[in-house]
Amino acid sequence: MSDVQDLSRSSQSNAKMAKITFVEHDGTKHAVEGEVGSTVMETALRNQIGGIVAECGGACTCATCLVHVDEAWSEKVGKPSAEEEDMLDFAFEVKPTSRLSCQIKVTEALDGLIVHTPAYQGR
Amino acid sequence: MSDTIKTDVLIIGAGPIGLFAVFELGLLDIKAHLVDILDKVGGQCAELYPEKPIYDIPAVPFITGHGLVEALMQQIKPFNPTFHLGEMVTTLEKIGDPLFRVTTDRGKVFETKAVAIAAGGGSFQPKRPPIPGIEPYEGKSVHYAVRKMDAFRDKRLLIVGGGDSALDWTLNLQPIAKRVTLVHRRDEFRGAPDSVNKMRALVAAGSMDLKIGQVSGLEGGDGQLTAASIKGNDGAVARVEIDAMLPFFGLTMKLGPVADWGLTLEDELIPVDTGTFETTVPGLFAIGDINTYPGKLKLILSGFHEAALMAQKVYHYVYPDKRLVFQYTTSSTSLQKKLGVA
Repeated sequence: MSDVQDLSRSSQSNAKMAKITFVEHDGTKHAVEGEVGSTVMETALRNQIGGIVAECGGACTCATCLVHVDEAWSEKVGKPSAEEEDMLDFAFEVKPTSRLSCQIKVTEALDGLIVHTPAYQGR
Repeated sequence: MSDTIKTDVLIIGAGPIGLFAVFELGLLDIKAHLVDILDKVGGQCAELYPEKPIYDIPAVPFITGHGLVEALMQQIKPFNPTFHLGEMVTTLEKIGDPLFRVTTDRGKVFETKAVAIAAGGGSFQPKRPPIPGIEPYEGKSVHYAVRKMDAFRDKRLLIVGGGDSALDWTLNLQPIAKRVTLVHRRDEFRGAPDSVNKMRALVAAGSMDLKIGQVSGLEGGDGQLTAASIKGNDGAVARVEIDAMLPFFGLTMKLGPVADWGLTLEDELIPVDTGTFETTVPGLFAIGDINTYPGKLKLILSGFHEAALMAQKVYHYVYPDKRLVFQYTTSSTSLQKKLGVA
């Protein structure tokens, strides 16, 4: 058993992780580790974060993984692409810092990222 | 009400699994009709990811959602299924052993020996905007689809959205409505450029209004809207007097009427027998993403397998006196004749 645990630990330490905090609309905070190279949406689903539906599974075609990026992080996360901007038309209560979390790649530069999940994803 | 349509099998849902079921049933001389709420075949593959690659179809290293649907349509062509698109199955009633009467929201009535529910994540239905207090107006003065244009004659309309649905209805309803106001969250539209130009020309001519912002509140009573508040991106709120609102925010999947057909659901999924993919109701089957069983994986390849096994059981309902001989398409001349290749 200890061998197995060691193996899993070493494989985890190989993957670079970034800390991401999801703040639900009622203020509940979830600080989790996101694997560098995955997306913020995938990180949310893996950690069962409330408020992220991701109906299309990350294809940027449903607008049900909307997050409002914390003001302090908005510039680092960047602006949506034209395709994502089009999909944001299908989301509700879109703010200037809103993004679709399936389109935000986790990078080492985003270690510490804070995003807010909406009360409603439009279902 | 139209005449009753009689068929061997009615397939609810024309996604990849419903389409492939036509193939497996067709090899066994079983005729199918398909009903789908979307106005096109392909289900999620067509609606959610037509251009996205799928990598886990056996022996097909790479195919797009659209490509998969095209290939399936080609594969089932010999069996000439009948499609009823843009319709939702609303009621399902067992009237024989087994025989079902199924009706759609467009008034069609089917009598079928078996039913295959291949409805995936449920039916695609319009997204409802989270505007406080919208519920009492829905169906009365808030509409997510236009079934009869004349219902909006001489009305003050608020159309919300920036895609083709919003633009098309703006252009179609503007000549007959008293006044049309289009609301969109930004001054850019993803709809067809030609429609955008026509809309902008109407705005420039003073024939309609365009407001940039999001609907923040509604006024009215007894289901009848009288006004809406529109919050601009600068925070300023404008009030527009209206008789009806038409929000177009795309589609989302909802289980829909399946919940009312007397099946015991587990987490909005239909439990099935894994030898036949039949539900607890004989003759009523569930295949693809909408079913559940121990070890279930929501994969297209699983749905294909489920369709094949379902067809074997359906055969016994359609041809109760015949013995089913298992055959391969590679070697059976009778199957090859059905496929039009022998």
